[in-house]
Amino acid sequence: MLDIAHDNTLPNGAGVGYKPQHFAALIDNPGTVSWLEIHAENYMGDGGRPMAQLRHLAEHFPISVHGVGLSIGGETRLDPEHLARLKRLVDWLNPAMFSEHLAWSTHDGAFLNDLLPLPYTTNTLTRITTHINEVQDHLGRKMLLENPSSYLAFAESTWSEPDFLREVARRTECGLLLDVNNVFVSATNLDFDPRAYIDAYPLDLVEEFHLAGHDEDADEMGRKLLIDSHGTPVDEPVWTLFDHVIARAGARPALVEWDNDVPDWDILEAEAARATRHMEPALAAQVSA
Amino acid sequence: MSNNMKTVAVLGAVSAAVAASAVPAFADGEQEKCFGVSLAGQNDCAAGPGTTCAGTSTVDYQGNAWKLVPAGTCETMEVTDAEGMMMKGSLEALDTNLPAS
Amino acid sequence: MTRAETLPRTGDVTVTQTAFRKALLDPQQAVPDGLTNPDGQQVSKRFSVYRNNVVHGLSEAMLTGFPVLAKLVGDEFFREMAKVYLRIHPPTSPLMMHYGAALPGFLESFPGTLHLKYLPDVARLELTLRRAYHAGDAAPVNPDDLTKLDHHALMATRLQMSPASEVLITKWPAKAIWDFNMKGGPQPKGGGETILISRIGFDPVAELLPDGGARFVNSLIKGCSFGTALGLATADTPDFDLTATLGVLIATHSIIGIDKPD
Repeated sequence: MLDIAHDNTLPNGAGVGYKPQHFAALIDNPGTVSWLEIHAENYMGDGGRPMAQLRHLAEHFPISVHGVGLSIGGETRLDPEHLARLKRLVDWLNPAMFSEHLAWSTHDGAFLNDLLPLPYTTNTLTRITTHINEVQDHLGRKMLLENPSSYLAFAESTWSEPDFLREVARRTECGLLLDVNNVFVSATNLDFDPRAYIDAYPLDLVEEFHLAGHDEDADEMGRKLLIDSHGTPVDEPVWTLFDHVIARAGARPALVEWDNDVPDWDILEAEAARATRHMEPALAAQVSA
Repeated sequence: MSNNMKTVAVLGAVSAAVAASAVPAFADGEQEKCFGVSLAGQNDCAAGPGTTCAGTSTVDYQGNAWKLVPAGTCETMEVTDAEGMMMKGSLEALDTNLPAS
Repeated sequence: MTRAETLPRTGDVTVTQTAFRKALLDPQQAVPDGLTNPDGQQVSKRFSVYRNNVVHGLSEAMLTGFPVLAKLVGDEFFREMAKVYLRIHPPTSPLMMHYGAALPGFLESFPGTLHLKYLPDVARLELTLRRAYHAGDAAPVNPDDLTKLDHHALMATRLQMSPASEVLITKWPAKAIWDFNMKGGPQPKGGGETILISRIGFDPVAELLPDGGARFVNSLIKGCSFGTALGLATADTPDFDLTATLGVLIATHSIIGIDKPD
């Protein structure tokens, strides 16, 4: 296990999704960025530059490991090889946090490289509960589960997403990762009120926020369709929704994700600084309380 | 199995190889080595280009339905294989090698 | 689409992941029933968001994983070819860093690339370089230590090879083609090559081995003693150039340990 000198918990400040092209700038000028998130699957090689960069970054920053390939919502059993790879990474890095998605990506042995949607049924609930228990038992640590971006709904769903997540967390004692952009994207695409979603969401279980940019498209009826593309600055209405979240939940570790058309470090850092500013009133209140 | 190289020849070959090579440099620190080129091809959790890309179209590549022609540096290369068979450019070879169907 | 107006549905609306997956990778397939827009109407274009994510994500991963192939055939051709490939060979592991392992075989039978017979060898080289990039870390030995062994000790010694070290034997000059495209090297000439792929620090390298070099290095990788490896190499290639081969191994940081016999 890595020997890490700093406090190994995520601070209630801004983090960014780590991109290798930012390695030098990030070491020189972290600005307000106080923690980093990595995608687990990019650090499952045996060694080389990715692992060396991660080892180096872990000396400077608390790290959150965000899995994108476990297929927690999959109909078939979790891939034991992948779970073993994840355990190897987590045991070595001892990250401040581990999170995954309410989604599936592997079926019949094929990894589809996308976060695919799930119907919110009692069947799905049972399956997800089993899988999260397995992950938490195997890793020997609590995980966070992230709400997805939705482009369509399942006629068979019988639970609302906030209720579904609350019940998963109740049964497994996992925490939640609230992606504010995903809420906004899903609310637009599925025509619900994002504030009502937040008000129904078990905010006391949230241990991390995500923020990101999205693209705009349209379906065949001409209805607006937002795409969770992570390739632009965070949209203004998402910042407004973030304020609503903070007003209710207080400050938490907040991550800015930028995966496509990745900008220069200054621009990403400025986005993180903005997230910090939005949390400052709540942080001041939390300190004085 | 027999060693065809004589004792003297083997030690001489090793010495010559070592003498001709620079001692591996360990001068670069860990951080400096971290700065180098990173290979892409990464996992991420972002969505792609929405509804406006060609994930919804397939190309029937069986038979002669594949119409696209490579348009890169292969057009300017002349390569020979071990038997001296030559691959020159791209278009010329395309006409003669597409399977008839 | 007009059938959607007959909602509410009363039939079975369970969407299995088998059905979802089938429609995802095959645009000719109808979108499974039971996937709706906010009005409860059956979707089609919304489903293509997922279809596009899969195709776009995988083809871009291939494009960045095979930079020389992409230069050889052009990005547009490569992306279209990747779309065919990914439907036949979707990833079997969530590690995108190794995606594309079946591409050499695919290129051998794909009509659009049949005439470019050197492409499979170039694909093999690019895959091997990627493996070297992600291989385990190991420090090279000081080559002077090799000269401290007497003949008997040297023959019995096992030279440990770097986890990044692999030998690739090609029919076409894959390394010369790689150099031409990535380093502005000369027009590739000659026939097949014996290439040693390894890693210096964190950067993959490829160097040519002389005749017999493949037998020698592969024997070392398997754990044979120096003497055994040398015997095998000289049996195949009587004028095996040990100096040149060792020179390549040293220069590419391929020797990471000298295990002397007890």
